[in-house]
Amino acid sequence: MSKEATATEPDAVPAEPAVEPAALRAGKDGGLGWGLKTVVALTSLVLIAPTAVVIPMSFSGGTTFAFPPKDWSLRWYESFFTSEAWMRALLTSVQLALLVAVTATVLGGAAAFGLNRAGFPGRGAIRSLVMAPLIVPSIVVAVSIYGVFLRWHLTGTPIGFVIGHTVMALPFVVTVMLTSLSGYDRTLDTAAATLGATPLTTFLRITVPLIAPGVMSGFAFAFVYSLDEVVIALFLQSPDITTLPVKMYNSITLEIDPTIAAASSLMVVATSFVLLIPQFVRRKRSTR
Amino acid sequence: MSQADHSKSPGNSHGIRIAGVSKVYAGTSRPAVDDVSLDIAPGEFITLLGPSGSGKTTMLSMLAGFVSVSAGKIEIDGKDVSRQKPHKRNLGVVFQQYALFPHMSVTKNIAFPLQQRRMPKAEIAAKVDEALRLVHLEEYADRLPSQLSGGQQQRVALARAVVYRPRALLMDEPLGALDRKLRDELQREIARMHRELGMTFIFVTHDQHEALTLSDRIAVFNEGRIEQVGTPSDLYERPETLFVAQFLGESTCFRGTVDVSAGVLRCGGFTPRAPRLDAGLDGSGGVAVVRPERLDLHSDAGSVPTGHNRVRATVTEIVYVGNHHQVGLRFADGTNGSAMRVAGRDLPAVPGEEVTVSWDPEHQSVVADPADEPTAERPAETLGAAAT
Amino acid sequence: MSASTVSASPVSTARAPRSRRRLVGWFILPATAFLLVFFAYPLGNIIWRSFTEPSTGLENYTELLKDGVSVKILVRTLVTGLIVAACTLALAYPYAYAMTRVSPRARNLMTVVVLLPFWTSMMARNFAWYMLEQRDGLIDDAFSLIGIDGVVLLGSVAGVTVAMVQVMLPFMVLPLYSGMEGIDKRLLNAAGSLGAPRWRAFVQVYLPLSLPAVLSGFTLVFILTLGFYVTPALLGSPQQSLIPQLIATRVSDLLDFGGAGALGSVLLVVTLLALFVVSRFVNLSSTTEKAVTHE
Repeated sequence: MSKEATATEPDAVPAEPAVEPAALRAGKDGGLGWGLKTVVALTSLVLIAPTAVVIPMSFSGGTTFAFPPKDWSLRWYESFFTSEAWMRALLTSVQLALLVAVTATVLGGAAAFGLNRAGFPGRGAIRSLVMAPLIVPSIVVAVSIYGVFLRWHLTGTPIGFVIGHTVMALPFVVTVMLTSLSGYDRTLDTAAATLGATPLTTFLRITVPLIAPGVMSGFAFAFVYSLDEVVIALFLQSPDITTLPVKMYNSITLEIDPTIAAASSLMVVATSFVLLIPQFVRRKRSTR
Repeated sequence: MSQADHSKSPGNSHGIRIAGVSKVYAGTSRPAVDDVSLDIAPGEFITLLGPSGSGKTTMLSMLAGFVSVSAGKIEIDGKDVSRQKPHKRNLGVVFQQYALFPHMSVTKNIAFPLQQRRMPKAEIAAKVDEALRLVHLEEYADRLPSQLSGGQQQRVALARAVVYRPRALLMDEPLGALDRKLRDELQREIARMHRELGMTFIFVTHDQHEALTLSDRIAVFNEGRIEQVGTPSDLYERPETLFVAQFLGESTCFRGTVDVSAGVLRCGGFTPRAPRLDAGLDGSGGVAVVRPERLDLHSDAGSVPTGHNRVRATVTEIVYVGNHHQVGLRFADGTNGSAMRVAGRDLPAVPGEEVTVSWDPEHQSVVADPADEPTAERPAETLGAAAT
Repeated sequence: MSASTVSASPVSTARAPRSRRRLVGWFILPATAFLLVFFAYPLGNIIWRSFTEPSTGLENYTELLKDGVSVKILVRTLVTGLIVAACTLALAYPYAYAMTRVSPRARNLMTVVVLLPFWTSMMARNFAWYMLEQRDGLIDDAFSLIGIDGVVLLGSVAGVTVAMVQVMLPFMVLPLYSGMEGIDKRLLNAAGSLGAPRWRAFVQVYLPLSLPAVLSGFTLVFILTLGFYVTPALLGSPQQSLIPQLIATRVSDLLDFGGAGALGSVLLVVTLLALFVVSRFVNLSSTTEKAVTHE
């Protein structure tokens, strides 16, 4: 959209520095109008409300979903951590999420690398295929997979879950890693080669460290996606394999048990934590 | 209308008047523009010249109404416009990066201000055609800005800014993004447009050559203040401050103490005569400023005309610059300087040799030495001005 | 380093890319095969089943038209999608615009806030809206304060819409923000200097320039909304169900893959149609990528 930049001639004089926050260049001086502020506040409220409700709710002392809670306790956390059903669901979810993250990162990482480096016909088609699970209505994907998995006897099996979630996680992983790879300066490979490095050494000592943050982001995305996924899991569930989100779903529809508030809060914290790790690593690296 | 004219201060019912204007941006302590006053006559081409961050663009933004005025007022044709919205001021603005509407064709861009003024369609078409002819872009009427070169885009911007005959045209470094050749070409174009339209042009630049060639008058900005206002030759020949002398063109600067009664500047090794000394400078530090083309070089001291200042110097280097030689000089007191020698004339010395340097005191200006004031920073001894 | 290595290296670097490029091409094979088997085949299979189960022909589709419910639900789903997209746009446009105008620190804060739905697990979010929208929930209480009683959004399309708008906001705000950031703010100053009042400068200059971002954000939200199952299932009601609920019921209660496939195909066609129309104006895949990578 910023076409002007291309028209700038090499002889261009640098723009005046920040000493002069010149209005000819930036917008008008002064803040936002009250109307705009109101809408922003309203939008922020809609965005924040769920999180702002879930966490206090989990410390409620009562047995209903009345908000705000009248008194406070840790009883729902106790109930969560002492319930065999909840703990089994948690363990199942974490194990599956790790497997999905590994599978999706390997498959997606390789695909992103291939898409980034190789020029071959049909590249666009393959990119579309990879992105398609995001665009096809998720209920349709879930039902389609359920349909064939019933025949292949993959429902209610760990491998069925891993496959189903990997399909959905791949678009995220590939996109994140492609973004990371496109920021990678290929002349570094050439530079390493002129300095006497073999292709393998170059890959291990130059490429891998530089794209590691992208790989980590992809891994984190896939992990969180699987941990959170509920539609495919609802179809593939069996009494033996019930993921945490499915257990939460059932808890709302069947039991109405505030333990779900504790589970939700833990999920919020866990999700944020996992997604923050790559960010944190990246920042630390750039300040070094 | 006529009533309003009578009620306003007489003598300034036309043109643009900037009266004690200051601007302090929120969150900053130092004013970006500090108590600036300037009267601009109708039809005048005035340039606000200064280095980056000197406040000239902020001044222009306040004129256009993009930035509010912190103190003072701006009058246009005798009317206070300080609080008026930009779209009511009827001024034309040309931006450094063109600011053409990328989703509109050249024609639509130029028609935009006319549509805002609810002009009939036929009239708009005629005016747009005329404006396109003015900037020689008739055959590009239906292109999008992205399909034009930088120079062409700036011409469109010019056409768009003058098509509705605004009361004045404000230009913010309009040539800054162009390469040298295009810049020269557009400079001539702007000068021509100024002649043909007879409109007030207010031009912001940091390029001294642009300022010197285009302007009727130049206002030199430094740290938010105006250092000096005058015609290009005033500023070049009679700089009133060391900043102006050094920002505009090159000069050799001798530092010393002003002695008004003797009519001289007492430097370390010699005392150049100095006519027209400012009595207020007596006893304090002064700097004698001489332009390179005013310095004569003699291998034989006897050929110096009487009445001229003279001093010995060592030639440090001779640089051939095409139509002239630039001669680097080092004076006995350690001052560095430079003289210009038109190509074709014999050079009186080679590097390492001593020469006698002389000049007519009439061609020298003595300005206050800012180094004398404890707060000011001491500038470099000799400064090839910013752009060179 | 020996002289021979030096002289050999240019040759090898010149030859390497080609063979390596071909080698690197194989990297995409596993993911491609995986998606073909576990995504494309199941999708094709269910479409196939919609034409063959229980008998070959268009029976499933004619049934959809005749049963009197499906068409109504389909229309409701599309309308809900449009409403969600419109509400999201109404909230996201000013929000994204504000993001381009505030200080970098405030902008970072606003980005974190807009990403909250991504960071809040889906079930936690739905559970939270369940609490907020129930009778005597926070929303009901808040409206009671201003004298409007009985605002129970739970079990209504409105309740589903509110929750969906929240989840969809990042998908709208992020493309809008990145589009708006590309708009030169000086254009508004230029319009002002040329005689346009601020609102007209906005309508004639800013709005048209932000339109591609609006279009892609709107389409993205609309498409994603069509596939939502959990939110309508938990916050809506069976009386006002949407297509995803209908599909799920057909499959899990009746094992009617043919009927579900037909409904799914219709949803898919609507999605592709929307994509096709919009792709003539904007590059949607880059928008999707931006939303996914949070840029």
